Amino acid sequence: MFLINCPYCGERDQSEFSSGGEAHIFRPKQPTELSDDEWAEFLFMRKNIKGVQFERWNHTHGCRKWFNMIRDTSNDKIHAVYKMGEKPPIK
Amino acid sequence: MTKDLRTSNNKFIDQTTRVSFKFNGQNLYGFKGDTLASALLANNIHLVGRSFKYHRPRGIMTCGSEEPNAIVQIENDPSLTEPNVRATEIELYEGLEAFSQHCWPSVNFDIGGINNFFSPLIPAGFYYKTFMWPSKLWMFYEYFIRKSAGLGKSPTAPDKDIYDHKYLHCDVLVVGGGISGIIAAKISAKNNMNTVLLDDNPNLGGTTIYQDNDCYKINGNNSTRWLEKEIESLNSFNNLTIKTRTSLAAYHNYNYLLARENLTDHLNTNEKNSKIRQRLWKIRAKKVIIATGAIERPLIFNNNDRPGIILSSSIKKYIDYYGVKCGQKISLFTNNDSAYETAISLNNSGVIVNSIIDIRDKSNSPIVKQAEKLGIKTRWKHTIVNTIGFKKINSIEIMRLSNDESSVVDNKIKEDCDCLGISGGWTPMVHLFTQSGGKLKFREIDNVFLPDKTQSNQTNIGSCNGDFELDDVLTNSNKYVKEFFNISSSYYDNLDIVCSKEIDKKNIWLLPSDKPLGKTKPFLDFQNDSTAKDVKLALREGFKSIEHVKRYTTTGMGTDQGKLSNMHALGIIAETAGVKMGELGTTTFRPPYTPLTFGTIVGRNVGEFFDITRKTPIHSWHVENNAEFENVGQWKRAWYYPKKKENMHDAVQRESKAARDSAGILDASTLGKIDIQGIDSSEFLNRVYTNAWSKLEIGKCRYGLMLNEDGMVYDDGVTARLSKNHYIMTTTTGGAANVLSKLEDYLQTEWPELDVYLTSVTDHYATISICGPNSKKIVSKVIPDLDLSDNKFPHMSFKNALIDKIRCRVMRISFTGEHSYEINVQSSYGKSVWAKCFEAGKEFNITPYGTEAMHLLRAEKGFIITGQDTDGTMTPVDLQMDWIISKKKYDFIGKRSLYRSDTIREDRKQLVGLITDNPNEVLEEGAQIVADTNKKPIEMLGHVTSSYFSPNLKKSIALAVVKSGKKLIGQKMFVPMENKTINVTITDTVFLDKENKRLNA
Repeated sequence: MFLINCPYCGERDQSEFSSGGEAHIFRPKQPTELSDDEWAEFLFMRKNIKGVQFERWNHTHGCRKWFNMIRDTSNDKIHAVYKMGEKPPIK
Repeated sequence: MTKDLRTSNNKFIDQTTRVSFKFNGQNLYGFKGDTLASALLANNIHLVGRSFKYHRPRGIMTCGSEEPNAIVQIENDPSLTEPNVRATEIELYEGLEAFSQHCWPSVNFDIGGINNFFSPLIPAGFYYKTFMWPSKLWMFYEYFIRKSAGLGKSPTAPDKDIYDHKYLHCDVLVVGGGISGIIAAKISAKNNMNTVLLDDNPNLGGTTIYQDNDCYKINGNNSTRWLEKEIESLNSFNNLTIKTRTSLAAYHNYNYLLARENLTDHLNTNEKNSKIRQRLWKIRAKKVIIATGAIERPLIFNNNDRPGIILSSSIKKYIDYYGVKCGQKISLFTNNDSAYETAISLNNSGVIVNSIIDIRDKSNSPIVKQAEKLGIKTRWKHTIVNTIGFKKINSIEIMRLSNDESSVVDNKIKEDCDCLGISGGWTPMVHLFTQSGGKLKFREIDNVFLPDKTQSNQTNIGSCNGDFELDDVLTNSNKYVKEFFNISSSYYDNLDIVCSKEIDKKNIWLLPSDKPLGKTKPFLDFQNDSTAKDVKLALREGFKSIEHVKRYTTTGMGTDQGKLSNMHALGIIAETAGVKMGELGTTTFRPPYTPLTFGTIVGRNVGEFFDITRKTPIHSWHVENNAEFENVGQWKRAWYYPKKKENMHDAVQRESKAARDSAGILDASTLGKIDIQGIDSSEFLNRVYTNAWSKLEIGKCRYGLMLNEDGMVYDDGVTARLSKNHYIMTTTTGGAANVLSKLEDYLQTEWPELDVYLTSVTDHYATISICGPNSKKIVSKVIPDLDLSDNKFPHMSFKNALIDKIRCRVMRISFTGEHSYEINVQSSYGKSVWAKCFEAGKEFNITPYGTEAMHLLRAEKGFIITGQDTDGTMTPVDLQMDWIISKKKYDFIGKRSLYRSDTIREDRKQLVGLITDNPNEVLEEGAQIVADTNKKPIEMLGHVTSSYFSPNLKKSIALAVVKSGKKLIGQKMFVPMENKTINVTITDTVFLDKENKRLNA
C-alpha cells in the first residue's frame, strides 16, 4: 500500500487514489487527419514495463485532481509526483 | 491434572486460580495463564490429533505459532466454532471446549490410521498420479478423499463475534517484545519518538524472561532479573504504546503493516460478552524495527513425529514459564548448545534427564560444562536411529555416528523415556523482512538465511538478524538501533555481559539410520506428512525448482506454512542436487504470518455495512407501498409494487398497462445529474457528445450519446440548457460516478484551456416522472399556474415553476414514449411533492411503476439502456442511431474511431427487434440467435439483450444484437433453448407508436 504525496493535498494513503495508466500520451489535435494505424497507436498502445514508468493518478477520494507520478514498477518506489501540464522533474 | 507434572513455579501462572476446560469431552483443569497446550501436557495428554495423510498420532511439538501438530477445533456453537487453532497459542479460559480434528471416529482410534501401513504406497504426488484418470471418476474419488481429509470444520452459522479495524500512525514500530525489541523500544522512546511495541504473547520478555540461568548475566545481574527491571521501566514513557497478544500479519511497502490484536480470546466465556473479539490494526510507521526472534529447528530422523517428541526450547518454556513437566524421564537430542539449557532447567525442577544425545564430537562452552557438573550424561557423536511408542514415545534407539557421518556404527543402545526434546539449531524469522521486499543472504556457518538488502525504512535486530548469543544480541541490537536512528550514544552502550558462547557447530539435515531410507519415516513437514523420502523422490522425478518441489510434495503448505522445517527441505534438496543452499534460495514468504480469521479481515463491513446503500428521498413511500427493490449500483430502486396475491409478472404487466392507458408515476431520482457551468460549457458538450449542442436554445433539452475514445457507446442521457453557460446533464444511474470522473479527466488533462466546472448534483434533486395520456391533467392539477399547452411547453423543453412555494424544474421528456413530465425538486421536498402528485393522480388511477415496468415500456418504444443493450462493443451505428452523429462537428470523443476498418465492417453485431412466432413465448435474455440449426458447429449470430411480454401490444417483444442485423430485417431466425427451439423474426427496434403520436399527444 503506497503512501502517495498528492501535489495538492500532501501524503495520503493509496486507497484514496486511482491509477489512470500511462502518462504523457496526448490526444491528437486533428484526429481526422490520422491514418487508422496512427489513431490505433494513440488508442491502444500503452507501455507496461518493469522499471521506471510515467503514470497518471487521480486523487479520487480527495481533491479529485489528476497528476503524474514517476514510479518504478519493479519495487514500487515513487520517484516523483508532479502536476498535469508540468514537465517531468526527472527523465 | 497430574499433580507431579506441575512444579511450584508460580511466576507466570496463577496456580491459585483453577480454570476448567474440556478436551474431547473430558473435563480437565489448568491454571490461569496456561495455554491449552501447557494445560494438556500438565494433564499428561500428548496425543492431540492425527496427521493429515497417514493419520499418525501426533502431539504437541512446540510452544508457539510454529506448531504443526497440535491444531484443534474450539467451541461447539455453530457460529463460534473455529478450526485449526493452535493449542500452543490459545490461552486457557473458563469453559473452553476443544476437540481433536482430522480423526474419525476418535483421536485414540482413527480408521484412517490404516493409511500409515499403506504409506509405502502413498508417495509424494500420490493423489495426482492415481486419481488423474479416468477423469470422469474424479467426482467419485473426491467424495471419499474429502471425507477423510480436511482440517477441521467450518462454522455453519453467522459469526456472532464483533471485529474491528483501526488505523495507527507512529514514528517507530517495534515488532517483537523480546530482549532486543525491548531495548529498541526504550531507545526509541527515550529519543522522544512516538513508539509502538507489539508482541504476540500475553507478556513481554521473549525467551530471556524465563532464561534464569546464571551462565547469563547483564551488569552483574541474572539476565532474567535485568530484563524484568527493563520491562518495568517501560511504563514511565508516555510516548510508548505496548500492545501484547498482537500478532503482526503483514508487512507491505511504504511501511504499511497489518497487525491482529486479540482482545477477548483469553477471557472466560461469560466475560467475553459483546466486547470486540479481535482488532485489525492498519499501521503506517515512519520507521520499523523487526525483532521477531528465531524458532528452533527439529531434527530429521526416523520416526521423529511421535507424541512426546517436543522441541527442546519448548520443553524449557513449559517447565520454566508454565511450570509444566513434559515428562518425568526426558531424553534430549541436539546438534547445538541450547538443549543443555533445557537439561539444566529440567534437572533443577527434579526431572530425570536420561542423556543428551549430541551429534557433535564435543563442546566446551560454559553451559555444557554446567550440565556436566550437574551429572547430566552426554552421548557425543551419537544419533537417534528410531523411536518407539505408538500413541506416545516410550523409548529411543541410539547409535554412534560413523566418522564420515553418513551412517551409524557400533551397537544399538535402547533408552527408555517418556519425552524426547529435539534441537536442530535456530531459524531466524525473516518472514516480515521478505514480505516488505527485502532480499536474504545465506550464512553457511549455521545455515541461516538473514536479512540483507531492503528498500524499506527498517532495521532487523536480535536473533531474527542472526544474533543468537546474549552478548551479540545486546551489543548488535544497540548498535543497529543507534545507526538506524542516527544517534551516537544510548543507555545501553556499556553493558557488562557474561554468557555462554557456542563454538562447536555441526549440522546434518537428514540423520542416518541403521535402516535404508526407504524403510524409515523421517518427517519434514509434520502437518502435511511429507518426509525426506518424498523430497528425494521429487528430485529423482525431475523437479528442480524449490517452488515446484514444495507444491509437488506439499512440504511447507500446511496452516503452519512450514515454519518449522522448510529449512531442512531446502537443505536436503541442496545436498541431493549438489547445489549451495544460498544459491537455491527459499520459497516465497507470503502474508499473513499466522492465519487470520475472516472476521478480522472484514471487520465491521458485514451485513448492512458490507456496502453503502443509497436511498432516494422518496424511498420510505415505496416501502410503505409494498415495493420490492432492486440494487442498481449502490442504489435501492423500487422494482415493482405487487398488490395482494400478485407475482412479479402480474405487477409489471399491470403497471406497464396503466402507464399507457392512463398515468404512471416513477421515482427517477437515482439518475446521475451533473451541473455544468463556465463560458466553454457548450463547446465542452460538443466535444463529449456525438451530436451538436451550440444551437440548443435556453429552456430546451436534448438527448445525447457519449462514446469512449474507441467509438463505443459509453453512456446516454438528456441534458438541459438552463442559461447561456449553464447546463444540467443526466446520466444513467449506474454510470454517474464514472461519467463525472471521465469528464473531469478530459477537462484536467486534455482540455485545461476550457473554462468549465463540473459538480455532481445527483443527490440534490428528487426526480418524479409522470407519464401517460393523463399526465398533462395531473401536472396541471399540481402546478395550475404552468401553461402546459404544446406550443408553450413542447416535448424536449423545460419550465421553472412553483409547487406551492417549492421551486421546481419541470422537464417534458420521455423514456417510455408516452407524453410525460419529469418534476425535479430539492431532495428534501421529494416525498411531499411525490405524495401531492399521487393524490392529484388518484382520479386517473395513477399507478406507481418500478424499474421493471420502466424497462418494459422503453423496450416497446425501442429505446436502449446502455449497459443492457450495449456492452462496450456497440457503436451508435451498430445501435441504428446514425442520426445522433453530427456530421458537421470537427471532433468529439470517439469520432475518429467510427471509421476505423473494424467499426465500419458491415457484419458487426447490430441492434434489431425480435418477434416470436408464438406471441406468448417470451425469450430469455442472453439466449443465442442462430440461422441454421443443422450445420454443426452452429454459428452464433447474436444474442437477446432485452425481452418482455408487452401487455400493450399483447405479444412478446425483444431487442437483440445480431451480426449484419440491419440487413436481416424480416428474416426468420432460431433461438435454441435447452428443450426446444423458438422461431423468431427479425424486426425494426420500435414496436409501438413509430409515429410518436403518443409522445406529442
